[in-house]
Amino acid sequence: MSANSLTATRPAKRAPAAAPAPSVTGFAPGRWVKRALAFVVAGFFLIFFVLPIAWLLLAPTKTSRQLLLDPPFSFGSLQALGDNFTQLAQFQNGIIWVWLGNSALYTVSALVLTLVVSIPAGYALAMTDFKLRRTLLITTLVVMLIPNTALVLPIFLELSAVKLIGSPLAVILPFSFFPFGVYLTYIYFSTSISRDLLDAARIDGAGELRVFWQVAMPLATPVIALVGFFNLVGNWNNYFLPFVTEPGRKSPVQVGLAELLSNVPLFNPTSAGSVTIGLPVLALATIVSVAPVLIIFLFSQRFLVTGMTAGGTKG
Amino acid sequence: MGYAFSSGYGILLLAFGVLPTLYAIFLAFTKNGSFVGLDNFSKVFGDYRFFPAVQHVALYLVVYLVCLILFVVLLALIVHAVRSRWLSTSVRFLYYIPGALAGASSVLLWLFLLDPTVSPVAFVLRGMGLDSFVQTVSIDNLPVIFTIIAFWTGAGGWIVIMYGALNNISEEVMEAARIDGAGPIGTAWYIQIPMLRKWISYMGIMALAAGTQLFVEPRVLSQASKGVVPPDYSLNQLAYLYAFSQKDFNGSAAISLILLVVAVGLAAFFVFRGGLFERE
Repeated sequence: MSANSLTATRPAKRAPAAAPAPSVTGFAPGRWVKRALAFVVAGFFLIFFVLPIAWLLLAPTKTSRQLLLDPPFSFGSLQALGDNFTQLAQFQNGIIWVWLGNSALYTVSALVLTLVVSIPAGYALAMTDFKLRRTLLITTLVVMLIPNTALVLPIFLELSAVKLIGSPLAVILPFSFFPFGVYLTYIYFSTSISRDLLDAARIDGAGELRVFWQVAMPLATPVIALVGFFNLVGNWNNYFLPFVTEPGRKSPVQVGLAELLSNVPLFNPTSAGSVTIGLPVLALATIVSVAPVLIIFLFSQRFLVTGMTAGGTKG
Repeated sequence: MGYAFSSGYGILLLAFGVLPTLYAIFLAFTKNGSFVGLDNFSKVFGDYRFFPAVQHVALYLVVYLVCLILFVVLLALIVHAVRSRWLSTSVRFLYYIPGALAGASSVLLWLFLLDPTVSPVAFVLRGMGLDSFVQTVSIDNLPVIFTIIAFWTGAGGWIVIMYGALNNISEEVMEAARIDGAGPIGTAWYIQIPMLRKWISYMGIMALAAGTQLFVEPRVLSQASKGVVPPDYSLNQLAYLYAFSQKDFNGSAAISLILLVVAVGLAAFFVFRGGLFERE
């Protein structure tokens, strides 16, 4: 399988031959046992993956008391949902909005910067020749496979040496370094656009910038969407890097969420005295913190499940 | 021209890939700016918290990798065998959706699920003799708990990848196997799984590299359980404590460097030997 496997794994058309193979021997108990077993396994994991989310969506509709006593999958009341929302919104004078705003600022700025640097870089790797090209490509591959958590503390040490800790740049810049996006763009350009096409434009007198901007870019929309998706989703959910580089009110919502946790008396009895947070409010905060990503997922449903995109979720 | 197009990325690569690595190397071998050889490393190795952390991470990795490989391959095969396109697509999407809750949110959700007082599966927990949150997150259970959390958020993505790879196996090969009398299990064992080998090793290496970096799960659980889960459970937590509690950046850099060497080693091994990125 060649390098384009990541992008080339969209489902092949199933040949009609794959349709129901008639059972040759008539009644075959072994076959049914196997089939039932497969069904049970798939069903068990379906419950495993879905049940927690279903529970999470229902939890904020209950009061703390209902959460403990009512059946776990019952709907509480809209009233309780409203109360929980008010509590969350007022916690520390609405810090949840500050955190969400931070998350939006960090991820959207990083998204723009990522696209501005990654798409041309992938294009250059695929479509032009230069001396350092191979070095750059191999370095990109290796760095892409390193879990991003591995570089968090070294990056923190570096940023604190240049006194950037606490500045929005301390997450935006590292977030914009996205070797996987460069790799995806590189694969896309080298498999779906021929150099001849670009040469034709050059012969027509277009300069290099125009070739890139007017010939290559319009053809690159799918990969731009793909890179944007992975970058945004990954950065929104990133915890470790902002946890160390953006303390206090500068935190994005994922870090803030863990902060909220310290104010839940059930999990952390020492927090008594300060304003406390009920479990349903914490559940609501969890939903709010992932809502943007969840919405993006729902809208990207079709292209998520084909297999051509999922290479971005590493680990 | 290539330089102009790749310069922005090149700068970021230097600033957030190469430079932090070099700086970590510099810090790991110095103290107050002067070269101290392996002192920082021997201090870290001598730390009573270091080897327990290695053990914790290793144990978690064993449990996680076995479960991940076994169940992802099994589920991909099952989903791939589903003939109704609509059903197969929906099931894959539902498996995939927990991926939206990666990071702190998934840990938070699992805090609820692991607490017998509110958990929707409290009967399962109680059935295993776990009557309180503190009992559930006792240190012996953690490898399994972290496996469940990581599997819950990550497995769907891998199932989709494996499914895509299964689609790439040509229909003729599958047909030939069927004509030779292979049932679904025979086909899976002799044709599909061998053809997935590259992807399985890719998944294994990625999961191994990511697993050694364990941080957010034990960190949030530690915060929630008031220290029942120790704040120095994993290596990355220890590196964090070195930098933030002890203000010992050199020791922190030493641990980070060890972890980084593991990650770079695995990645490089895969790029050069794995064959997935062969192109030129």
